[in-house]
Amino acid sequence: MAKPDEIRRIQRIACDLRANVIRMIGVGKVGHVGGSCSLAEIAAALYFSKMRIDPNDMKNKDRDRFLLSKGHTVPIQYAALIEMGVIPREHSSGLKTLEGNLQGHPDMKTPGMEAVTGSLGQGLSIGVGMALALRYKKSPARIYVAMGDGEIAEGQIWEAAMAAARYKLDSLTGIVDRNGFQATGSTKDIFEIPNLVEKWRAFGWHAIAVDGHDVAAVLEALDEAEATKGVPTVIVADTVKGKGVSFAENTSAFHNASLTQAQYEQALAEIEAAKGALQ
Amino acid sequence: MKSPNLRNAYGEALVALGRKDDRVMALEADLGKSTQSVMFQAEFPDRYFQMGIAEQDMMSTAAGMALAGMIPFVHTFAIFATGRAYDQLRNSICVPNLPVRICGSSAGLSDFGDGKTHQSIEDVALMRAIPNLTVICPADAIETTKMMEQMLDWPGPVYIRINRNDLPFVTPEDEPYSIGKARLVREGRDVAIFAAGVMVSKALEAATTLEADGISVRVINVSTIKPLDRDGVIRYAAGVDAIVTAEEHTLIGGLGSAIVEALRGEAHAPVEFVGVTDRFGTSAERYDILMERYGLTAEVIAATAKTVLRKNDK
Repeated sequence: MAKPDEIRRIQRIACDLRANVIRMIGVGKVGHVGGSCSLAEIAAALYFSKMRIDPNDMKNKDRDRFLLSKGHTVPIQYAALIEMGVIPREHSSGLKTLEGNLQGHPDMKTPGMEAVTGSLGQGLSIGVGMALALRYKKSPARIYVAMGDGEIAEGQIWEAAMAAARYKLDSLTGIVDRNGFQATGSTKDIFEIPNLVEKWRAFGWHAIAVDGHDVAAVLEALDEAEATKGVPTVIVADTVKGKGVSFAENTSAFHNASLTQAQYEQALAEIEAAKGALQ
Repeated sequence: MKSPNLRNAYGEALVALGRKDDRVMALEADLGKSTQSVMFQAEFPDRYFQMGIAEQDMMSTAAGMALAGMIPFVHTFAIFATGRAYDQLRNSICVPNLPVRICGSSAGLSDFGDGKTHQSIEDVALMRAIPNLTVICPADAIETTKMMEQMLDWPGPVYIRINRNDLPFVTPEDEPYSIGKARLVREGRDVAIFAAGVMVSKALEAATTLEADGISVRVINVSTIKPLDRDGVIRYAAGVDAIVTAEEHTLIGGLGSAIVEALRGEAHAPVEFVGVTDRFGTSAERYDILMERYGLTAEVIAATAKTVLRKNDK
């Protein structure tokens, strides 16, 4: 169990990551606010607590790896890498620009990125390949793959789920960001996938359901995943799309949208207030 | 005596690479007896991964292995590697320019019995259009072995198109080989035939019959379809009165298209294509009669050369 100080540190970083996302997307530029904000605590817990990574040695062969299979929410990954100092903060304004350094989906040219993802459904398979190769090399590295709850309608996810169980990849942890919304509406209305935890179990995975904004629970689940041997683990994280930005919460309207000046300022003020409440 | 079978040559060469370099891994989607990846499995069970009948997952898994420092060889039929798993091949592998080797086995019409769902006549067009990807197609077992040796350290992803059947030996064993070079396999003055894969041997046959009619033919083996040896193509196309391309592939977007693209902007003799007209394959009891039905024969190449020469006379 993580100490209260440690939990508060991660919670505050999650607020910083959200603020980075909002600043990156800025005013009048279309960006994936909702699905980035729903992942903030998970990204903070991974990058700033759980994962064995050194910002000064991001090519270390035995580093833990984070793959964002739901690649459209890459602003949250950039936000974490900026906060770690891997991506220079001044690159933030270059998101989705011709001359900038931050592509609209994960790209290997950006420091700290581990794979090309975003054509949905491919990240878990890439994670399986990394886990197989690194196990062969006797590396202790762990692989974390974040998926969207809309994304997992892709059949390839379930092909990879079978392969990971077949090869007993206990170094692989899947995370489903179950924020309940996809591009054009709620997952309930668009394409509901019921009994998600049971499905993963039926595919041979150890499955844990958590509140994805409860940092203590997320850290505990990540520890449980590492302690689970012989099978891969999935963390089905219940989250709020747009979490921390009131007007973007629980809606698909800010799945991929631009902010007005007023919305931008409101979003940053709300995030700042939330961080302040964590003193 | 080396086996004239391309699949066997492929399987043996893969094993040799496995012995040489332990970064070599092999992935299979339950066609290991057809692709001959089973040879690798027998010697390196800990570097062989049976991924089940799930080609899309297999393709992205190979990307993950490459990202972790391995040189993965992916095996399935050409049709599934390039069609079913196109997006994974493009996005997981080719966008990040990873050293994944994709073996498209039973390519072209060579899986004669299985028919149109298993025969790949569009794969070269699809693969040629993807940036970063090298596209190669060996003409015989000797060339297959040499290509495999070079593939180990070739930068970026490679698609190798493997015929299912025995093919005549057309490339000399002692000649040095390099991916990216078009090679002259027969010298001649009147006609240039650019061919790939099984069609190289058919082109040589056509050259022999045309010679008897007093027509001198040069045959060029274009086993690297991308990046195309543009200088070589321009050089070998020079000075002849007719150019013919021959491929076991649709006429849309394959070798013929690549040759004409290479010659654009250059003065050159008239060009005609031999290949599969815009239609799917079909089942047949033998490879030779299927090739005949689809006009992929020495006779058709020879007749095509004569037609172009006649047109040029006018």
